[in-house]
Amino acid sequence: MKHTVKWRQGLVGVGLLSVTTASLAFDDEVISRGEYLARAGDCVACHTAPDGEPFAGGLAVESPFGAIYSTNITPDSETGIGDYSRDEFAAALREGERADGKHLYPAMPYPSYSLITDEDIDALYAYFMEGVAPVENTPERTDLSFPFNQRWGIGLWDWLFTNDETFSPDPERSDEENRGAYLVQGLGHCGSCHTERGLFFQEKALDDSDDAFLSGEVLEGWYAPSLRGSGDGGRAIERWDDQAIVDYLATGRNDESAVAGEMTSVVAHSTSHLNESDLQAIAAYLNSLGSQGDRPLITDAQVDETDAMLTRADVENDLGARLYLDNCNACHFSNGRGAAQVFPSLSGSSMVNADDPTGMIRVILAGARLPSTEQRPEALAMPDFAWRLSDEEVAKLATFVRGAWGNDAGEVSASAVADVRDELPDDRVTSAPVIDD
Amino acid sequence: MARTESPVDVVLVGFGWTSAIMGMELTDAGLNVLALERGEDRDTVPDFAYPKMADELTYGVRYKLMQRPAKSTLTVRHNVGDMAVPYRHLGSFLPGDGVGGAGTHWNGHTWRPQPQELRLKSYVEENFGADIIPDEMTIQDFGVSYDELEPFFDYFEKVAGISGKAGNLNGEIQEGGNPFEGWRSDEYPMPPLARTYNDTLFADVARSEGYHPFPLPAANASVAYTNPYGMQLGPCNFCGFCERYGCLNYSKSSPQTCILGALKRRENFSYRTQSEVLRVELDSDGERAIGVTYIDPEGNEVFQPADLVILGAYSLHNVHLMLVSGIGTPYNPETGDGVVGKNYAYQMNGGSSLYFRDKEFNPFIGAGGNGEVINDFGVEQIDFAQEGFIGGSYINAAMTNGQPIRNMPLRAGAPSWGEGWKQAVQETYGHVMSIGSHGSNMSYRDCYLDLDPNYTDDHGRPLMRMTFDWKANDVRMTQFMKQKIDTLSKALGPDDYRLSFKDFDTRYDVRPYQTTHNVGGAIMGTDPSSSALNRYLQSWDVHNVFVMGASAFPQNLQYNPTGLVGALAYWSAKAIREQYLPNPGPLVQA
Repeated sequence: MKHTVKWRQGLVGVGLLSVTTASLAFDDEVISRGEYLARAGDCVACHTAPDGEPFAGGLAVESPFGAIYSTNITPDSETGIGDYSRDEFAAALREGERADGKHLYPAMPYPSYSLITDEDIDALYAYFMEGVAPVENTPERTDLSFPFNQRWGIGLWDWLFTNDETFSPDPERSDEENRGAYLVQGLGHCGSCHTERGLFFQEKALDDSDDAFLSGEVLEGWYAPSLRGSGDGGRAIERWDDQAIVDYLATGRNDESAVAGEMTSVVAHSTSHLNESDLQAIAAYLNSLGSQGDRPLITDAQVDETDAMLTRADVENDLGARLYLDNCNACHFSNGRGAAQVFPSLSGSSMVNADDPTGMIRVILAGARLPSTEQRPEALAMPDFAWRLSDEEVAKLATFVRGAWGNDAGEVSASAVADVRDELPDDRVTSAPVIDD
Repeated sequence: MARTESPVDVVLVGFGWTSAIMGMELTDAGLNVLALERGEDRDTVPDFAYPKMADELTYGVRYKLMQRPAKSTLTVRHNVGDMAVPYRHLGSFLPGDGVGGAGTHWNGHTWRPQPQELRLKSYVEENFGADIIPDEMTIQDFGVSYDELEPFFDYFEKVAGISGKAGNLNGEIQEGGNPFEGWRSDEYPMPPLARTYNDTLFADVARSEGYHPFPLPAANASVAYTNPYGMQLGPCNFCGFCERYGCLNYSKSSPQTCILGALKRRENFSYRTQSEVLRVELDSDGERAIGVTYIDPEGNEVFQPADLVILGAYSLHNVHLMLVSGIGTPYNPETGDGVVGKNYAYQMNGGSSLYFRDKEFNPFIGAGGNGEVINDFGVEQIDFAQEGFIGGSYINAAMTNGQPIRNMPLRAGAPSWGEGWKQAVQETYGHVMSIGSHGSNMSYRDCYLDLDPNYTDDHGRPLMRMTFDWKANDVRMTQFMKQKIDTLSKALGPDDYRLSFKDFDTRYDVRPYQTTHNVGGAIMGTDPSSSALNRYLQSWDVHNVFVMGASAFPQNLQYNPTGLVGALAYWSAKAIREQYLPNPGPLVQA
C-alpha cells in the first residue's frame, strides 16, 4: 500500500519540500494526527480503485441498488476536493452533503462519521489538504436507476435515519470505554457491516442504546459477526478477552481466529495502524456491550468426541470427515483447534457456524491470506481447494466441519458450492500443480 | 552494451538465508538494499502448498527446487592430474535454486560447532602436537572464537525458531541436553519435537551403553512460535516431506517463514528474480567493487552499481564468482600459494540400517529434524593422538520420512527387482530404523576449487572445477564410528542390520546423494596469505566485498553447517554496521 507520508518524504528527496512548505498552513503534528484518523476511518479502502492511486477514487462499492463509485478525495482542485473549505469538508463527512449541495449516497458512512469531533475534522482536513498528494482522476460516475438516482430522496432518508450530534461521552462509562465508543461508532464505522440493516437499508442502530447495534449481519454472503462481547458467554468474538480483540485488530490473527473476507482489508489498511491504547479502548468498549449469543457454549467433551473419531481415522462412512483428514488436518489438526496465532480454530468459529455458509465455502474454494502487518509481517495463507475438490466434496467437507467439535450449523448443499464457485474471480492465485514434464 | 540500473547501497547476490539476514541488518542500518536471485520467486502458498509439495517424483526424484545442471554446474575430478568432467546429473549434493535457496529444501538440523572446532589447528597443536597433523592436511583456525559468536548463534536460533534441549546453559550441564556442546546463554526457543519410536529405542540403548542421548536440534517447530521479527511458525505435523521439499505447513524454518515477510515490507529493500549475477565488477586498480553484472529475465546483460557487494549465493557459487571476478589470488596446489579455491571440504558420513521383524516404526511419521543423538565421539571428545585421526562425529537415529520411491530399505541379500523385490519391500517397509554417523572432513593441499580449462557455461564463463577425494585420516575417523555404531546396532537387537561406511579404497562418487554440505574455497582466517576472507568475512583484497556461507569454513565441522552460517552472517553484519559503514576499508589490517 502506498502511503502519503512517503509522498512527502519523496519531496524532501527531490528537493521540492521548500516549494511545498511555503503553502503549508498546518502543523506537521496536526497533519500526522489527521493521517492517523484517516486510518481509523479507513478512507483509503473505499476511495482507492484496484491498482489506483491512494484516495483518487473509482472503487465500485456494490449496493443493492447498483454500483456506487467512490470519489476522488485527493486535494486536486479539478477532480478532487482541493477547493473544499474546512466546513464543506465537515459537511461531506458528517452530513453526507457535497460542496455543491447535493447528497452523497450513504455508502459513505456519514451516519457514523457524524460523531467526529470538530478537532478531529480539523486534523482530517489538514491531512487531506496537505498530507495527501493531489491526483488528477475523474472516477466513473455513479449512475443508479430510478428512483435511486434521485439524490434529493436521500435528504428524507437522512432526516429519518441519521442524527447530527457529534460524539458526547457517556458519563457512566470510563474514559477508555468512551474512547472506544467514539472509534467504534464514529470513524471506525463498524456498524456499517456488523449492524443489521432495516427495510430502508439503514443500520438499525447507530449506537449502543439499542441491542441491535453490532449484533451481526450478512454482507454478500460473508457473515460479519456480532461484536457484542462480554469476555465470557457466547461464541467467537463474543467471548474473546480484550487481548484477543486487540491481537485480531492489530495483526489479523489471535489465539483462535484469523481474518478472512472483507475484514482482511480493514485490518491491513485501518486497524493494524491504530495504536495500542486505541485498540485496548475498542476492546474495552466491545466487551462492555453484553452478548446476546443464543448458541450454547462448546464443551471440551464435544471437541474431544470429534478429535477421537478423527484420531482413530474412523471415517469410512463419512466422506466429509475423510476429506477433512486428507485436506485440512495438517494445519487445523484433529481437535479442530489449529495453533494459536498461526492456524485458526474451526471449533466455534463464527465463519464456520454462520447460517449462510458462503464465506466458509469461499475460503475452502479460493483459500485465504492474512494481511502482512507491522507486528505480524507474515502473510500466512491457506491454499485454494477449488481445483481439487468437487462441489459435492466441498459440500460434504463443509457439512462435516459445521457439525464437528461442537459446531452446530446446518448442512451445505452442492448447489450452494456451485454458486460460490461461479463467482470466483478468474485471476485468483492458485496452488494447483502444473505438470510440466 | 550492458544496461545500467540506478545505483544501490548494497547488492546481495543470491537470496537465501544469508542474504535475507543481511537484508534485515543492512536495511536496519538505513541502506538501500537490492537482492539478485537467479531462480524463481517462491512462497509457501502457492509454491509449496499442500498437496502439491508432497510429490516425491517431482521434487524428491526430479529435483524441481534444485539448480538445473544444464544451466549451472561444475566439473569434478579426484586428483590434480586427472581431467575433470561435468556434474551433469544431480547426485552427491543438491544446490538450491530460487528465493530461499537451499534454506527451503533442507531438513533443518541446526547445530553450533564445538568451541575447539573453530580453532582446530591450534587445538590440535596445543593438545596433541603439530606433528600429528599429516603433511598434506591444511586445516586452519577460523579466526573467530566461539565466545565471540555465542550471541549470534543465540540470535540465529531465535530467528530460525529451533526446537531442542540445551545441554550447557552458561556452563551448567543440563539433564537431557548435549553435555558436550559449547555454553549457551539461553535455552532453545522451542522444546524438542515429539519423540518417535526410533528415538526412544536409540535413547534407551545409548543410555545403557553409558552415552548421553539428546534430541537433535531441529528447525522444525514443535509448537506455534513467533520470532523476533514477528514471523511465525506453526507446529510440525510430521508429514515427512522436509528434505528436497519446501514446507507446506509453515513449520520448517526457512527464509520464507522466518524473514522474508518482514523484509519485503521495507521500502529500502527490493529484489529481482531470474537475475543471474555473472561477475563482480572491480574498479581499474582492482581494489574496490563497483557493482555486479547480471543477466535479466529477458536475457539482457545489466550492470548494477553498488557500494557494497555481499556474495550470499551457495558456497560453490560464491567461490566461482570470486574466481571469475578476479577477487583474491587463485589457489595453486603445487606451491600452496594463493587462497581462492583453497581447502574445499565435504562431510564424512556412514550409517547402519536395522531391520526388526516385530517392530513397527511408521516411518511416514517423520520430520527433517527428528532424531536422537549422542555426541560422545565429538571432535572434543576424541584423543586424536591415540586414535590416529583428527575429527569426530555425532551419531544419531533419525526418522525423516517414509517416502515410497526412495525409502524402500531392503534386507541384505534381498532381490533388487521383480517378484522377490516386491515381497522383500512388503516385509521390510516400516520395520527399519537407522543409525547414522555425521562426521567432520579435514582440508587437504590437493582438495580445492579452481576454474576448469576445458568447459564453459552458457555465458562463456569457465566452469568451476572441484578436485576432491577421500583421505585416510577421515576414513580412519569413519571406521572408528563404524565400530561404535556396530556395538549400538547389536545392542538394539535387530533381526539383522547392515553397515555402510567408507573404507580405505572408497573413492569419492558424485552419483549417490551424500550431503549438501560443500564447504571451503573462500575461507576465513587471520592471515591474507592463507585465507581469502578476514574474520568478518570481508575479502582481504577487495574491501567492499563480503562473502557469506560455508565457503568460509577452513575445514568441515562434524555438524551440519547452517547454524554456523547463520551466526557468521549476523557476526559479519554487526561488523559492517558498526565498523565498516562509519569507516569503509579493511576491517583487519594485514
